[in-house]
Formats: sequence, C-alpha cells, structure tokens
Amino acid sequence: MGRTIAEKIMARASGRDKVEAGEIINAHVDLAMSHDNAALVSKIFREIGIDNVWDSSKIVIVIDHRAPANTIQAAEAHKSIREFLREYGITNFYDVGEGICHQVLPEKGFVRPGMLIVGTDSHTTTYGAFGAFSTGIGATEMAGVWATGELWMKIPETIKMNISGEMKSRVMAKDAILYIIGKIGADGANYKAIEFYGDTVDNMSVSSRMTLSNQAMEAGAKAAIIPADSKTLEFLRGRTDKPFEIVTADRDANYEKTYDFDVDDLEPQVACPHTVDNVKPVGEVVGLHVDQAVLGSCTNGRLEDMKIAAEILEGKKISSHVRMIVFPASREIYLEAMDRGYLKTFLKAGATIINPGCGPCLGAHQGVLASGERAISSTNRNFRGRMGSTDSEVYLASPATVAASALKGEISDPREV
Amino acid sequence: MIIKGNAIKYGDDINTDVIFPGRHLAITDPEEMAMHAMEDLDPDFHRKVKDADIIVAGKNFGCGSSREQAATCLKYAGVKAIVAKSFARIFYRNAINQGIPIIESKEAVDGTEDGDEIEIDTKDGVLKNLSNNREFKFHPLPSFIQEIIDAGGLLPNLKEKIKQKNL
Repeated sequence: MGRTIAEKIMARASGRDKVEAGEIINAHVDLAMSHDNAALVSKIFREIGIDNVWDSSKIVIVIDHRAPANTIQAAEAHKSIREFLREYGITNFYDVGEGICHQVLPEKGFVRPGMLIVGTDSHTTTYGAFGAFSTGIGATEMAGVWATGELWMKIPETIKMNISGEMKSRVMAKDAILYIIGKIGADGANYKAIEFYGDTVDNMSVSSRMTLSNQAMEAGAKAAIIPADSKTLEFLRGRTDKPFEIVTADRDANYEKTYDFDVDDLEPQVACPHTVDNVKPVGEVVGLHVDQAVLGSCTNGRLEDMKIAAEILEGKKISSHVRMIVFPASREIYLEAMDRGYLKTFLKAGATIINPGCGPCLGAHQGVLASGERAISSTNRNFRGRMGSTDSEVYLASPATVAASALKGEISDPREV
Repeated sequence: MIIKGNAIKYGDDINTDVIFPGRHLAITDPEEMAMHAMEDLDPDFHRKVKDADIIVAGKNFGCGSSREQAATCLKYAGVKAIVAKSFARIFYRNAINQGIPIIESKEAVDGTEDGDEIEIDTKDGVLKNLSNNREFKFHPLPSFIQEIIDAGGLLPNLKEKIKQKNL
C-alpha cells in the first residue's frame, strides 16, 4: 500500500521508514512558530526549568495579534517576548508591523515543501499550500517543543479533495473553500489531513492556494496540503537557499475519503452567522444591510485580494454608512499595493487602511462591532462575538464580495457591480 | 482515576471564542482566565459550576482557535472532566496538556441530562449515570496520555521527565 504526503512527512520526522494512519509517533519538528502568545509560551517554558531552547534557529516569532499593542497588558506581553528572545538568542523575530505570521513565514523563506511545522495558531495549516505538513498546537505543547524539539502526534487519515473546473470571473478560491466547508461541515475533516488536487488547484496562484489551506482549518483539518509544483518553486526562488525535498503521494496511497467538486458554475459564497459551515450562495443573502466591510487577514490579505477589490472600487465611493477596513497581510504586500495604486483607490473610495496584523479578525482592536451591527469580511471565522459584541454578526466572503458589498452598503454579488 | 460530579450540558460545535473570548487573550494568569470562562456562551456558568463540574456536550467541542486558554479557563473554573460526542483536535490536545480528563462517547452524552450525577472511571473506560442508573463504556486514553493527565498536565509531566534526564 502506498503512502500519503502526511504519512511520508511524519515518517521522516519520526526517523522511521514508514508509518500508517492511526499510529502515534514522537515527531521531531522542523519549525516552530508563535505569535503574541509567545508571551504565554515563554512563561511556561521558564517554568519547565531548562537552560536552553532546543534550537534557536528553528523558532520564529511574529507579533501580529495586537499590533501595535492596544492595552498596557498587551504591551507588557510584547515586552516579555522581546526580553525572552534576547535572553535565549532567538533572532528569527518580526516585530509590530511586519505582517501576519502566516504571510511573513513563507515570504521570509521559512516554509519549504516537505517540512513538519507546528505553530501556536490554528491557521498554521496555511503552510500546507507549500507542500508542508503544518498544524496548530497549544501554548504548553509549544513550550515542550521549545525545550525538546519533539511532540507526540497521531498520524491522521487523509482526505483527497479534487477540485475541477474553471471559476468564473470574480469567483475566487475563498468561494470554493467556503462551498466545500458548507458541504462537508465544520467537523468534516476533524483530525484529518486534506490533500488538494485537480486542475482548479493546479491553475491557482500560490496566494489562492494559501486561502484554501488557511480556511480548510474551519472544517477541522489537521493539515491542508497542496503538493508543491513549479509555482511553489517560483515563489520560493530568492526567498530561501536551504535544501528541501518535494514530497508527493504514492499513486496507490490510502485515502479515507475522496471528494470531487466541480466549480465551473460556482456562485460567490457567503458563510452566515455563527458557524463557518452555514454557507449560502450570495444570491440568498443579497440586500442585507452591512455596517462594516473587512478586507484583509491571513486568509485574504494578499496582492490578488487587494487587486480585485481595487478594480471594483476604482473611481467609486463606498456607501456612506459603511466603515471599510483594509489590512494587507504583510509589509511586502502593503508596499506592492501602494506601488500599484490600490491603497490610493481604497483611500479615495472612503476606506480606512490599517497596518498588517490580525486585530479586526479576532475582535482584538482596530474595528470591533457594536451590538446589532453586521460585518461582511474576508477573514476566516464568524463565531458569535468574534469581531466584538455577542449581538453582532459576521458574514464571511471573498474580497470581491466584500468590496462589492462596501460599495452598495448591503451584501452584494460582485458580478453585478 | 475516578471522577464524580454533576453534568452541565451544552450542545454541538461549542467554539473556543465563546469558551474564552479573543478580547481576553492577553491575560496570562490562569485564575484571571477562569473568571471569563464561557463568558459569551453561558452567563450562568460560574453559578452552575459550583454544583456541577463535569461538562457534557455535543459534537466538535472546542472547535476554532488554538488558544489553550479555552482549556485552562475551564480547569481553573473548577471543571473536573469533559464528556463530548467529539472534540476538535487542538482543544483535545490542550485539554490533555492541562490535565483535564476528556471522554469521547456519543452514547454517554445522549444518555445524560443537565444536572445528572455521573461517575467516570478513566482507567476502565466506564461512565455511570447515577441519576438514571445507566452505564456507558468508552475507549480509555492510551497510557502515555493518561500519564500526562494524571501528572496534572504536560508541564508537570515535562518537569518530571527533564529532572529524570538530568539525574
């Protein structure tokens, strides 16, 4: 019996010839990422009582969740991180303003095909877009990883997800993955690895693939892997000089399930409150009043996302009752969007541009919602109270749908503006 | 390990954001975290947990964020165990690492009402509902995971291991 990508990466990471789904292994991780919660991880690490971290070159920290600090408590937490990193000689550090961890790590060349990556963030699955096995863990576990470089893992079963067909204009990767989550449910891939295939995925940009791997976590996926190809290599060129090996699945690999989705006639999709699997075609929710439109995040804050929104808003004004918040996912994207004039388009249209970070997505700061308010957002989660008041609502959609809705002041079909 | 208590029952897909809202994530003191447990789901949670300290919930408990605070706040609020039809994977690991016994059993959840008195034998994998005299079997956790829970979580477990290596 052949092996899936997850089984091959886990076998290598545990020093074994082969492993099978269901086995529990002790894995040696290749990279460990933390964001603001490094404050908690470092506090726990100090309690373990060990002199050094296992490998300072394999730890990366990005401050993005409350960046810049919104409270004294957050500022103290950031300070404690900086002190810890100095003390333990950890130099892979990206402070306030550099961007969101899931964008910064690939940009800075830390993510390579075939790696085993853990991060103290659920959307660590994003790095699966580069053919890595990458998953979220908690703070105490990360403290253990900093101490030993190891953690126990169960080899997941793998779901094969074939996506075929050509999406129509202004229908995006976000629509495809929301549609899929709507079909398989919020726990449709719980504990499982997903491998994405099909001509739709082959034709997608690296940015769009990152949207798939990021959002797939909302179906519970432990990893969401897209095999590396020439586009992946093109992205990595100039970003890393470290060796890596592309891992592919065997032809006769054992998949727990296979899904086939055709996106030829897919409409823009919207995930309605308060679960990510409550997905409807945009036509069913068109006309709902919106107070806030959010464009950005690790899910949809990349250049192609800024580009499509700028095309929709070029020379126009957003609705007078909408607050539109734009946050590119990294400094690199921010600069490029600036050079291309997208940011000017947004500002002229009436949007507010904030620094790269996570703030609005998790209701931390920079745009929280009041009771009775509704947001349309290109982020990845719409749980009750996620963006502010427990009496507010978040509708998740593509950047195109967010821009179209900002323009009209109500949820709108991007193909009709 | 034998755990005895009363059930607080919740539904499906209880997510980390309602267990521990994002606005409190900068808190690092577990006692302070506990004060916000279930804040956006059940305002009566703190009153309830005084009499009932075993959460019994539907499928996909703890879905969403990787925030360990979702497990930590429940532990420090006094939750002794969580029984659910299924758990989201990161929460599952976080609960183990915080030393909270977790039991996966659809039958036990369906056979338990809010307020029922239950007794759990984690070693033999038996959950007894003392209020309706029903008994449910579940798969006990692998021994190395039970060791982490018995130690009170991954941190004490790691401390012990590192001490042994140094000897």
